[in-house]
Amino acid sequence: MKKTLLLIAAIVLAVGLAACGSKTNNSGTTGGSTSTNTQNGGGDSTAGGGSAADSGTKLSGSILAAGSTALQPLAEQVSKEFMAEPDYSGITVQVQGGGSGTGLTQVAGGQVQIGNSDIFAEEKFKDADADQAKALVDHTVAVVAMATVVNKDVTVDNLTKQQLVDIFTGKVTNWKDVGGPDEKITLVNRPSSSGTRATYEKFALGTKSEDIPGSIQEDASGTVKKLVSETKGAIGYLALSYLDDSVKTVKYEGVDPTEDNVITGKYPVWAYEHMYTKGEPAPEVKAFLDYMMSDKIQNGDVVQLGYIPVTKMQVKRDAAGSVSK
Amino acid sequence: MEVSGRSSFKPHIVEEWVGKVYTILCVFVLVVTIAAMVYFVASRGLSTFITNGVSLAGLLSGLKWDPDGDPALFGALPFIFGSFATSLLAAAIAAPLGCCAAVFMTQILPGVGKKFMQPVIELLAGIPSVVFGFVGLSIVVPVLRAVFPGQGIGIAAGAIVLSIMILPTITTIAADALASLPFGLREGSFALGATRWQTIWRIVIPTALPSLLTGVVLGMSRAFGEALAVQMVIGNAPHIPRSLFESASTLTSVITLDMGNTIMGSAHNNALWSLALILLLMTFVFVFVVRMLERRSVR
Repeated sequence: MKKTLLLIAAIVLAVGLAACGSKTNNSGTTGGSTSTNTQNGGGDSTAGGGSAADSGTKLSGSILAAGSTALQPLAEQVSKEFMAEPDYSGITVQVQGGGSGTGLTQVAGGQVQIGNSDIFAEEKFKDADADQAKALVDHTVAVVAMATVVNKDVTVDNLTKQQLVDIFTGKVTNWKDVGGPDEKITLVNRPSSSGTRATYEKFALGTKSEDIPGSIQEDASGTVKKLVSETKGAIGYLALSYLDDSVKTVKYEGVDPTEDNVITGKYPVWAYEHMYTKGEPAPEVKAFLDYMMSDKIQNGDVVQLGYIPVTKMQVKRDAAGSVSK
Repeated sequence: MEVSGRSSFKPHIVEEWVGKVYTILCVFVLVVTIAAMVYFVASRGLSTFITNGVSLAGLLSGLKWDPDGDPALFGALPFIFGSFATSLLAAAIAAPLGCCAAVFMTQILPGVGKKFMQPVIELLAGIPSVVFGFVGLSIVVPVLRAVFPGQGIGIAAGAIVLSIMILPTITTIAADALASLPFGLREGSFALGATRWQTIWRIVIPTALPSLLTGVVLGMSRAFGEALAVQMVIGNAPHIPRSLFESASTLTSVITLDMGNTIMGSAHNNALWSLALILLLMTFVFVFVVRMLERRSVR
């Protein structure tokens, strides 16, 4: 008797929940959940007080930034310095990781004020989601370059684009075919959804790489470096900030992956680090982004953490990948 | 508690009611949480089939995983294979170790077992999985690479790391089961002239077998759901490996690698939720198996 009662209660509950769930789901997909509204409202009210801010009133509010783990160390360090500035002591900035996809989804949904991403929103929001990218405003804050790295026992110094394509699509599986020792090649790749991999495929290979059997996929740069340095015949790619003596850097088409070569546009394998906002940023968010672009940060923290200042770049690139001076 | 007014509300009656309401509230919250999670995973996971038009058979039996390709392919069989292979192998390694440790702790040297071994084994359960992953990457993988052909990473490395992680579960449950056996059972066996080993092998273990198996199944279910440690040592290539020492993937490793990089609601993201749904259903199966075993042990 009691058991049936319990069962009925559980069923009623489940049905009720399903109804609630679908409701929240809908509002989530339209991107207009209540939290968004309050946040937008908050942004507007501070926007109204924006003129007051110019006349001496202190900015206040809280900023939540989430997304790309590649940008996370920089964003975290800058946010600490930003909050330590007397002018901005009323603003709290929180930085979270979660990956570029998370950052873009959450900023488009209004859950965070800044969405960090390794790649252009247009590249992630495809097909049915393409409209969501239009609402986002791009702020490029730094540049990250990636170098091809190999295990130290590989004697190859230089690889051409075609050789890299052959290696990363599994056409060439032994180092002797590209002028190295007689040794099996082990690919250490990023997962197919990774922004770093997308950048490397687009600008170093010009084509998609294959997840060939026996290849390794890791998402953390530290793990990639460890595996490349320990596995004989391994090849992978790392951001310049992660390079050290444990792995060997390979030239790309005869060009060394150095900061200077990236700035002048000679070395093509690099990407912007983006901080996306939904629409034009609220004053406190704008203050943070301006601070990020200030000489103090661009020539200080950015360089110190191994990124390249976006202000120094002599070439520009758009979402389609075409480069201009 | 002070109650004013009517005399029928005596303190102990009020206490009774407060306790009752509080308990029911807790149960309610628990049920709501579980139902909400099941609903969320199911709604996301099923939309792969409903919205994105992926066939269930294609997902379960497809060999090629290429969600960003054109056309996108969602073959999850390599991951399902990887999950089962690692957790079965882990259970095969950990079950004898755990059960023997339990026998030692309860039947052979209960004093040392209770004072020394049990706390040490329980300590294993408290170590974060990222530590297991790092130890696996720094010790297990290089050793396997040196001894066996291949890169060292793969199902073997994953299973070894997992077997150590599930050891406390199996040992603790097995030790509890063995310790709770009726007192007269062993005495009776000894009285008939059986040696200690005969008693353990013929009487103690068969009697406690359903409970021992419960421990193994619970351990397997933990191994099946473990993500981080496995992801670090298994290599994550979306293929069925040709040897135990070649890069492979599990359901959990794919989810943790890709979830943060994909846009919520995209086909790729939904496919990951489908994998999560498979994991959830497998957990139900494990719970069901444990229930069956418990029912057998009661009789």
